[in-house]
Amino acid sequence: MATRKFQIYKGDHKNGELVNFETEVNEGMVVLDVVLKIQAELANDLAVRWNCKAGKCGSCSVEINGKPKLSCMTRMNQYGPDETITITPLKTFPVIKDIVTDVSWNYTQNKRIKPVKLAPEAKTDKGYVMYQEDVGRVQEFRKCIECYLCQNVCHILRDHDKKDEFIGPRFMIRVASLEMHPLDIVDRIPELKKEFGSGMCNVTRCCTEVCPEDINITDNGIIPLKERVIDRFYDPVTILSRKIFGKRKKKLPPIKP
Amino acid sequence: MLDIAEIKTIEHDVLIVGAGGAGLSAAIEASSLGMSTGIVMKSLLGKAHTVMAEGGMAAALGNVDARDHWKIHFRDTMRGGKFLNAWRMVELHAKLAPERVRLLEEWGAVFDRTKNGLINQRNFGGHRYPRLAHVGDRTGLEMIRTLQDYGIHQGIQAYMECTALDLLTNKSGEVCGIVCMWRETGTFIIFKAKSIIFATGGGGKAWEVTSNSWEYTGDGYAMAYEAGAELMDLEFNQFHPTGMVWPLSVKGLLVTESVRGEGGILLNNEGTRFMFNYIPERFRSETADTEEEAARWLKGDPNARRPPELLTRDVVARAINEEVKAGRGSKHGGAYLNIATQRSAEDIKKKLPSMFHQFKVLAELDITKEPMEVGPTCHYFMGGIRVDADTTMSSVPGLFACGECAAGMHGANRLGGNSLSDLLVFGYLSGKNAAEYAKKVATHSELDKDKVIRIIRNATTILNRESGANPYLLHEELEHNMQANVGIIRTEKELNKGIDTLGKIKEAYKTVKAKGTSQFNPGWHEALGLRNLLITSEAVAHAALLREESRGAHTRADFPGEQEHWLHYNIVITKGDDGEMRLVKVERPAPDAELERIAKSSIDTLEMEIEKEREQGKT
Repeated sequence: MATRKFQIYKGDHKNGELVNFETEVNEGMVVLDVVLKIQAELANDLAVRWNCKAGKCGSCSVEINGKPKLSCMTRMNQYGPDETITITPLKTFPVIKDIVTDVSWNYTQNKRIKPVKLAPEAKTDKGYVMYQEDVGRVQEFRKCIECYLCQNVCHILRDHDKKDEFIGPRFMIRVASLEMHPLDIVDRIPELKKEFGSGMCNVTRCCTEVCPEDINITDNGIIPLKERVIDRFYDPVTILSRKIFGKRKKKLPPIKP
Repeated sequence: MLDIAEIKTIEHDVLIVGAGGAGLSAAIEASSLGMSTGIVMKSLLGKAHTVMAEGGMAAALGNVDARDHWKIHFRDTMRGGKFLNAWRMVELHAKLAPERVRLLEEWGAVFDRTKNGLINQRNFGGHRYPRLAHVGDRTGLEMIRTLQDYGIHQGIQAYMECTALDLLTNKSGEVCGIVCMWRETGTFIIFKAKSIIFATGGGGKAWEVTSNSWEYTGDGYAMAYEAGAELMDLEFNQFHPTGMVWPLSVKGLLVTESVRGEGGILLNNEGTRFMFNYIPERFRSETADTEEEAARWLKGDPNARRPPELLTRDVVARAINEEVKAGRGSKHGGAYLNIATQRSAEDIKKKLPSMFHQFKVLAELDITKEPMEVGPTCHYFMGGIRVDADTTMSSVPGLFACGECAAGMHGANRLGGNSLSDLLVFGYLSGKNAAEYAKKVATHSELDKDKVIRIIRNATTILNRESGANPYLLHEELEHNMQANVGIIRTEKELNKGIDTLGKIKEAYKTVKAKGTSQFNPGWHEALGLRNLLITSEAVAHAALLREESRGAHTRADFPGEQEHWLHYNIVITKGDDGEMRLVKVERPAPDAELERIAKSSIDTLEMEIEKEREQGKT
């Protein structure tokens, strides 16, 4: 047990400041434990968003010493014993109060994405037939806990504030999870280019680096989607073949015995 | 003076409170039936407690073992619930679960697959066959995300970070609305609705060691109780056998039963696989009695019986408790759970990725190399709002309940995996029946203005009083009391002590004070939730004192073993006219003869019967 120093942002979107706190930290504690301890003992009205405290719900995203993290999965022993720990809200979204931000923009983005529709012919009386090797890639994207850390570090959203032009990495992989679903028959490539701003991403991989679920957002999600856009809109051979043979349907996986 | 004309009112046909698996399932169904549907939630959409469910959802799909059948799922559930379940609910659940799981797949859930490309199923405690449809150990996330992404295109209105305070009823005693508060601004809002569904989850935050998040403050129980509804079976609180015990800051955090489903074994500090010493008579003929047989079962031998680690949760939790008490506990006062010696590192990372991650980060322990330390943690309420099995309506007309906040489905002890399927089945039934009810209501009722003002005053007084008790510290006191006196093993003496202390905390609560303003003020929110948690705790403690037997998750050291007499009663709790809590022993209706026969058949007889039916093409 040792007394440690903290600075936590208190205030709203317009006015606020870093407030100093000191509290006892025990073995095994994570940053969220400390924040909740400060809330209970020193600042009852400190606004904090959290739920599962197990890295599964993605509610407690904040910036710790400037680095975007889930506070429930950040152990105190990562920091030096004399280090002051600074906790600030996600920079990309407007502050509601203290370290809680308004992430509602993300919910509007999700609504823009066309929902899943599975090929009816793949349905059997035992359900749909899909093989593990064909769903593994989609399952990687579906691990997303919507902590929005990737949205927070994406420089298009964070530094350039182009929220009206790019849906951000979270929703790129949401599109990827649908486009790469072995049985989905909906086409989302045109809006990916025209509305969702797939061309905006210049693959700096910041999103992948902060993902607490280790989803390879850039290489497995965004880049393959960009390739699909290029195939569709810029590759003369596929454009010609589509004109002759009509729009290519998604290939269904073979039905194995 | 409070002017309620200034408070915004929103109208819906059906309003749902709670946006976990049950609430979202209900909302999707109600909205698909053409109802204007709203859903109110304390957190953001997609963050409800369902995301923490790990192991899977139980449904007799028969994809891994074709011998499975709804009758066997039914029998397992009744036996797991020690025959105190509502028979009809268990029947509906076992029959409807497979189609609801398949529907979830149609809505976009991507389950792990069998070699034949079907939904894969895993073993779990109390289930005779591999029955849990799953996605690694993050099945709850898959469920909630699927329902969320499907639901947002169904025209459902989601009201996020909005706390429900209390129900409104009309002159005929029917539910007609609810007063809520926006957490962000602290302003109030009234929802008028023709029917209301509670999908508010449980009240596990009453205990110190719990797998539940801050949201689990028994809101649904308390609001229903205040509106005159009956609560039932609240003495049955499931302590999950495997919560983390170290480090202290994560004590109680869930370690999925899938660890045992995938072969994990429990050891004491002498290295003994102690579960072999705790096999109850009822399960003896279906449980392996040697390590050799258990090992054969893990390898897939269909003739080997299940290892004792997969006995029902009440049994395993008590066994760990006994071992620790006898001085055979692990270093930090639990038992050792070892998967490292049973499965390859590669298998463990593939099948239990979030457990691997959780221990690596939070305990700096590699579960592919070392055993975990685990102990019982408060996990689930079997009891809750008493509902009709077919319609899910409570005793207050127009108020429906589903999921953890409803009673009956799980009896005295819930089987792992039956919760997620419960959410799908009864969420759907609630949505359907609440919609049908709403269709018969011609117009919205007039608001009871005095009641609205009273509800709002109760809330604002907490902010406005000059000084008073700290809500966080009161909550801590409550947790401590419930842990010490209304815990996993109960006695009359401790329960009485617990009830006394609850009385004192209730007194202190009358002066609770939240500092700061009404804007996103967790201290205030904490104080509001505490009212509900206190009502819930009181109901639990009184019911636990009244039930003088040990059955399922309710263990009385002073009344060991099941008492035949108590099999015929449920404890029903209501708010009396004098404002005091009333507990009544209510006789259970006689079960349907055919269902009773199925539940009490020997497994061999039942399996032969199913095989015969299949040969004749009946099922």
